[in-house]
Amino acid sequence: MRPQPAIAELRARIEKIEGQRRRVQSVLPFGVAEVDARLPGGGLALGALHEIAGGGNGVTDGAAAALFAAGIAARTRGRVLWCLTQADIFAPALDQAGLKPDRVYFLEARDQTGVLACMEEGLRHGGLGAVVGEVAHLSMKASRRLMLAAEGTGTVGIAVRRWRRQADSMDFGQPTAAATRWRVSALPSTPLPVPGVGRHRWLVELIRARAGESADFELEACNAQTGRLAIPAELADRPAPANDRRRRAAG
Amino acid sequence: MTGADAPPADAPLILAGREGAKRVVTALDAAAHGLGLRVGMPVAKAQALVAGLAICDADPEGDAEALERLALWILQRFSPVVASDPPDGIVIDSTGSDHLLGGEAAMLDALIGRLAMSGVAARAAVADTWGAAHALARFASGAAVITEPGHGAPVLAPLPIEALRLPRAMPAELRVLGFETVSDLLAQPRAPLVLRFGPEPGRRLDEALGRSAEPIEPIRPAELIETRRVFAEPISAAETIARYIGKLVETLCSNLEQEGLGARRLDLVCQRVDNTAQVVRVGTARPVRDVKRLTRLLCDKIETLDPGYGIEGLSLCAVLAEPLKPRQSATTLLDEAEPDISDLIDTLANRVGERAIHRAAPVASDVPERSVCRVPALSPDTGAGWPDAWPRPARLLLRPEPVETIALLPDHPPVSFTWRGVRRRVARADGPERVFGEWWKRDAEMIAVRDYFRVEDDAGERFWLYRAGDGEDPATGSHRWFIHGIFG
Repeated sequence: MRPQPAIAELRARIEKIEGQRRRVQSVLPFGVAEVDARLPGGGLALGALHEIAGGGNGVTDGAAAALFAAGIAARTRGRVLWCLTQADIFAPALDQAGLKPDRVYFLEARDQTGVLACMEEGLRHGGLGAVVGEVAHLSMKASRRLMLAAEGTGTVGIAVRRWRRQADSMDFGQPTAAATRWRVSALPSTPLPVPGVGRHRWLVELIRARAGESADFELEACNAQTGRLAIPAELADRPAPANDRRRRAAG
Repeated sequence: MTGADAPPADAPLILAGREGAKRVVTALDAAAHGLGLRVGMPVAKAQALVAGLAICDADPEGDAEALERLALWILQRFSPVVASDPPDGIVIDSTGSDHLLGGEAAMLDALIGRLAMSGVAARAAVADTWGAAHALARFASGAAVITEPGHGAPVLAPLPIEALRLPRAMPAELRVLGFETVSDLLAQPRAPLVLRFGPEPGRRLDEALGRSAEPIEPIRPAELIETRRVFAEPISAAETIARYIGKLVETLCSNLEQEGLGARRLDLVCQRVDNTAQVVRVGTARPVRDVKRLTRLLCDKIETLDPGYGIEGLSLCAVLAEPLKPRQSATTLLDEAEPDISDLIDTLANRVGERAIHRAAPVASDVPERSVCRVPALSPDTGAGWPDAWPRPARLLLRPEPVETIALLPDHPPVSFTWRGVRRRVARADGPERVFGEWWKRDAEMIAVRDYFRVEDDAGERFWLYRAGDGEDPATGSHRWFIHGIFG
């Protein structure tokens, strides 16, 4: 991206006006240059709420979205609170995405409201690295509360959006206060020279980023040691996609 | 009695006590009951009826003491308001505390289960009143009975009149007049009943039906750490209650400090002006003596209190306290100390229940649904993980769902499968990963086999399928296909 000094200065001034209550914002880089370059500050903002949803069937099972969230949570420092209502998450898979079982507290709430309340409690505490919550509906008000709670402590809040029915996912278009919004859908895995399933791949769409632009990435799924993503080898050397392809859509 | 004094295990056993000048049977075991012996029978008659009867002397004081001990144990683990209901029962007010154990049914299961483990056969019932619960626990069928709130008379009507806690000789007198069940008494006008039997039957009926109050006087052993505050004017505003909770916690913590203890379980009993008690119980995973933290836990629960016309007394009591020793906190200059989150866990556990917050721990089992177990949230770190040779799905279906497949036997992955009405063509697959049944768990698993395949459809969605059986021998499984998980 071309450097734009005027815009950067304006941003700094706005942040100055807004910034009294905010702590120094730091970021959690993905460690993948292509992705980090597209995110304001060079990574996922700490002390903010991020939204992740699945694409296709992932809308209802939220499997890829959960693993993407686990990868982010694995790279934070400290323990992780995972709030859910449907206890079908399989801990060995989180382990394989880099999130060790000793680090995760699972909390089974009775309903959505319980999940949101417990997430807020976890974000406000400040001793955790990340708080993940599986919710269907996320209103502007609820997301704003979570965002404020996260800003106060610097804990990463992740809302994994997961709906009961495919049709309910229209809800994902509604605005929320989250800093970034992602959609993760499964892509055919890395081809192998022999029959079999290679490393899993995702289409990761950054649909919205506060003070940033949206982008699409084709990535290889989290690895077991650190939960890091990777750019597929055959894509790493191709020319960068046109920058302004989505600019119009982003306004 | 143990050792050489113990009566032979196979002989029918009775306990003999005195009633006036007579020696009568006060209790008996199942074998003796089967031989026709009954409570209240003279011992001489019992001996004449059954040869080789084992007779022990009854020890009512010892029984009462044991009952008190049991009540104390229940007080510490189950509910803040517990009293012994002699000669053979314990009454528990479970209002405001069953949520910690996951509801009424779970509470009864846990209670009966734990008693059974220590060799006590118990029967329990949950009902609206002490009288009704007493009757149902002794005379209803089933070891654990739970009634709907507001059950009223129909639940009690079919029970025999002995269920009503009447004086000893009265049921027999009532039976002479043809009263067999509680419903017979309910249908009777009160005035003639009082003339003949005094006020007792009417009073017990009213208590059982909740028409007259019967407060439970909870046991409070002397060594219990308790603070109490009585108000000249009843209080009801949430802020006021919170302020006084703060003051009570301060006093309690200084008392705990003197003893070198930390609270594991706190009970706040609010005495209302209408002489009923509202109870809040909070638990902590480790002993705590921090005023702020305990106040926070209790204040979170204020919204569950119904002050009614006002609260005239608050009492706070640490029913379960454990030694709390000072610890050194910072260890080295280099490592940043890991933040303590036990207070967060306590707050959340009191909100959603102790069982709802947990961690996953590995179990050495190849069967996927058995490879994870839940451990308490604050159990020590083990550093153990799962062997990661084989990828595992992010979502494991609670119950494997059957799918329609087209597949070559014995060890080819399916070519296509239909799940929830959608047909998917399999583009790539990996497998089989053979999982053998655990013969040491069940006989049926002796030769059972599952073959797991990781399959990917055209669109790139990945699923975990398995075939029950090895594809050749029908004894190893039904050879039907199931979906067990979804990869991300």
